[in-house]
Amino acid sequence: MSNVIDGLYYSESHEYVKVEGNFGFIGITDYAQHELGNVVYVDMPEVDDEVTAGEEFGAVESVKAASDLLSPVSGTVVEVNEALEDEPGLINKDAFENWIIKVELSDMSELDSLMDAAAYKAMIGE
Amino acid sequence: MTEEIKVTCLHDRHVAQGALMSPFAGYDMPIQYVDITTEHNAVRNKVGVFDVSHMGEVEITGPDAAKFTNYIFTNDINAIKAGQILYGMMLYPDGGTVDDLLVYRVDDNDYFLVINAANIDKDVAWIMEQAKDFDVKVDHQSALYGQIAVQGPDAEKTMGAVLNIDTTDLTFYTFKKLEYDGKTIIVSRTGYTGEDGFEVYADPAIICKMWDMLMEAGVQPCGLGCRDTLRFEAGLPLYGDELTPEISPIAATFGMFVKLDKEGGFIGRDACAQQKAEGTPKKLVGLELEGKAIPRHGYDVLDGDKVVGYITTGYHSITLDKSVAFALVDRAVGALGNTLNVQIRKKVFPATVVKKRFYTPNYKK
Repeated sequence: MSNVIDGLYYSESHEYVKVEGNFGFIGITDYAQHELGNVVYVDMPEVDDEVTAGEEFGAVESVKAASDLLSPVSGTVVEVNEALEDEPGLINKDAFENWIIKVELSDMSELDSLMDAAAYKAMIGE
Repeated sequence: MTEEIKVTCLHDRHVAQGALMSPFAGYDMPIQYVDITTEHNAVRNKVGVFDVSHMGEVEITGPDAAKFTNYIFTNDINAIKAGQILYGMMLYPDGGTVDDLLVYRVDDNDYFLVINAANIDKDVAWIMEQAKDFDVKVDHQSALYGQIAVQGPDAEKTMGAVLNIDTTDLTFYTFKKLEYDGKTIIVSRTGYTGEDGFEVYADPAIICKMWDMLMEAGVQPCGLGCRDTLRFEAGLPLYGDELTPEISPIAATFGMFVKLDKEGGFIGRDACAQQKAEGTPKKLVGLELEGKAIPRHGYDVLDGDKVVGYITTGYHSITLDKSVAFALVDRAVGALGNTLNVQIRKKVFPATVVKKRFYTPNYKK
């Protein structure tokens, strides 16, 4: 049973956005980390990079495979979670606590096209 | 057209044990039971067991068995005695690889070939075709055997204590036949992990019983996920990645298993001799990357910004905690110590050409 947190926005490709003011913290869901297995590397963009809703901004990798990260929203990267460089497995410990990038959102209306917790739960069948 | 997926004799057990299953070489196979790292480390440090029943078996017997087997095989079976095993390849006339395989010398007129699951149909057809002019019987026996691999430093102890099979008389790449539950089984000191270990070929019912005994004793079941990380670290090729119809053993730098001067020659011999003399356009090298980014199969390898090859297998090595890869690159840039680049998504990472054997195997010679 995967953890799904109320109040976050969810994408079909299993990323979440936690919104604080104009900023969004983007990571992968607990369901996604579980499906992926032990995360051994996180490929992150750099600060000031632009991300676009629905487009790739990096990857999370298990021993076996790389999974692209798709940004749920558009904006500018203002921070990356540097702790993941040394300890990518933090994502397995707590995927919601250990977000991957912090983005300044350029279009708040994009959030409307994402799922809420209830809809995401339904999608993953829980 | 989709072919029906095949299963091994242990399939029900894998499913019941909750293994992550995935199609491999036409078989529904366990990829992992717990996770790849745990299973990998069990084999490096202790012992683990693999279901390798998907591997194919072909027995060649008859008056011409030695001559014929040597004719389709790159290594020299005259260099071994009954009870010994050789690794080598079957080649096309142009030197491309049909398959890599083990040949067990049962006796002078009896050879037991172990081939890759993905190539069974192709190999059997190939062997039959070549056998026309020889007085041999080619017997495809894959259906007769289940197979397990018990691998790791504790493998010998496990074989004795759990399966009641004394293997202390077997050295690396030797085998014996013995009676087990009234049937003849084959036990060899071989594997695909870079550790000491054994492979057992037996009637599927015996393989199932052995699996249950090993599980009862707490031996770690291991999936194909760590089979690949283990063989890769030990510098062992996987057919389809490092050896293909386009990649000869000379290009893959496994020339030590190609005996150009053996009596009677072999299919692909002249092409290999020419490749060895002239150098293949591409060669397989080891790469060590700076940083933790992981080079995956198919990623481009660059010299400066020019594409000079591709990754055949790559991982963040579990044992070494480094990102390393095999890559097929232009011979001119393949010298040890040379610096190349690997394209990983949008970024480029420097990589040094190193020896392909990232981990020194612990075989019992």
